[in-house]
Amino acid sequence: MIKTENLTKKFNGNLAVDRLSLEVREGEVFGFLGPNGAGKTTTVRILTSLIAPSNGTAVVNGFEIGKNDKKIRQTVGILTETPGMYDNLSAEYNLRIYANLYEVEDVAGQVEKYLRMLGLWERRYDEAGTFSKGMKQKLAIARALLHEPRILFLDEPTAGLDPEAARLVRDFIEELRKEGRTIFLCTHNLDEADRLCDRIGVFKTRLLVMDTPDRLRSQLFGRKVVFHLRNSEQAMADSISQLPCVHDAKIIDNKLLVTLDDPETNNPFIVRKLVEEGADIQFVGELRHSLEDVYMQFVKNA
Amino acid sequence: MNKVETIVRKEWAEVFKNRLVLFTVAFLPLIMTVIPLGILFSMRGDNTLNSVTSSMPEQFTAFCPANLSGGECFQVYMVSQFMVMFMILPLAIPSTISAYSIVGEKTTRSLEPLLATPISTGELLIGKSLAAMIPAVIATYLAFGIYAVGAWILIPNKLLLGALLDLRWLIAIFIVGPLMALMAVSVSIMVSSRVNDPRVAEQLSMVVILPVLAVFFGQLAGLFVINQQLILVSALVLVIFDAFLIYLSVQLFQRETILTRWK
Repeated sequence: MIKTENLTKKFNGNLAVDRLSLEVREGEVFGFLGPNGAGKTTTVRILTSLIAPSNGTAVVNGFEIGKNDKKIRQTVGILTETPGMYDNLSAEYNLRIYANLYEVEDVAGQVEKYLRMLGLWERRYDEAGTFSKGMKQKLAIARALLHEPRILFLDEPTAGLDPEAARLVRDFIEELRKEGRTIFLCTHNLDEADRLCDRIGVFKTRLLVMDTPDRLRSQLFGRKVVFHLRNSEQAMADSISQLPCVHDAKIIDNKLLVTLDDPETNNPFIVRKLVEEGADIQFVGELRHSLEDVYMQFVKNA
Repeated sequence: MNKVETIVRKEWAEVFKNRLVLFTVAFLPLIMTVIPLGILFSMRGDNTLNSVTSSMPEQFTAFCPANLSGGECFQVYMVSQFMVMFMILPLAIPSTISAYSIVGEKTTRSLEPLLATPISTGELLIGKSLAAMIPAVIATYLAFGIYAVGAWILIPNKLLLGALLDLRWLIAIFIVGPLMALMAVSVSIMVSSRVNDPRVAEQLSMVVILPVLAVFFGQLAGLFVINQQLILVSALVLVIFDAFLIYLSVQLFQRETILTRWK
């Protein structure tokens, strides 16, 4: 659905996007993570044909940037960093304007559908300026969806929202994913990216890494399993570390922390071995590094 | 509804909620209408003015129709002065509207989602230009209509009435007016594409009024008198100038520059 090759953007000689090559598949939620000023918004603007790349190519929904810009704008939806609604106009009129500009056939029907879906129908005649930040954000999401785009670019969709509003927006993104839409999600919220994204790309002017959150975690930190023991002894750790699948095993308080390959296959062997060693196992769980740990590791080293 | 019509309607729905714009569109024409009518009303039947013809610029008295008394000629002269001021309307109204229309989009951050739609730069600028031009032209026509009706009621002398509403002013109002409005809009779009503050945009856009003021004071000082020929030449010059300004405003409206430079 989205494919870029060596996409580059310079502003007055300053590199904003450096040879970005990526592919986002149909129906995928792709998280585009990076610090402020990394070039995420610039990338989104290029991919939505708002600005032109200095070099490289990009194909969005089968249309090439720079050659079919109008077609690209017609078939993608964008939620910009700020909602940018017409505050003096009603919510309904705001959406009607955009439905007309996107050449939607059933303007009234689509406007009603999304106002209802996002819980704004009862406030449709109120000026957008009277809405809370969360409501404006929902209205902006409705605007991005009026023409039923298959690809959605969401730039910081939950930034500045209170937890309740942020959750509503996240739930709505989940719904969109279920509908099979491709979502290109720029976010600073790593927990949100972890929950929503099939794959993530960490970006700081150039693409530092791209994979699923789990694979990145495992690539950086390996997979760790914690065995909560009633009676921990160093001998148990020494015995477990002899197993070929285990990279490391150590006792911390009453917990045995094991770094290993393929826990799904190897955990039963370890449990059996520990029981043979006389361990009383209370719980077994995987120790997951947060996406923040992964992100910080890559950005710090960039 | 096509995209240009959508933009025009959106602009009107938004811009007419702005008090300054409303004031400019509603009160400026009213003032420009009331003043010349007030002059005509106050000078009715005043025979003491019959001797002033000798002190009027020579080129002007040449255009004062025969069979008019000195006082009536003076009325034609005074009203002609204000007819020049009438030409401020098609400049001031669109400048005010269009100064807000692009910079306003910037301040509300609504330009990016707007430019992300499949609208072309041409459609966007035509929509914004029409939204600013149409009210200006309608307000000018309406104000002139009110003035014409008022003059018809106030002036029993049909010869004088004919002199006040002669062809040169009809050409000025109905042909030069829209051309001036187009010029004001193009300048305004150019200015507001380049600045970040609506007030700065409006002030800079208002520079287009200066030539009209120069004509007003030029005629007042007796340097020249606006005649039919001068108005026709102005119309021709404006057609060429407008075409150049439209080209320039489209060239200056760079989506990328506007999006990336505006912080």
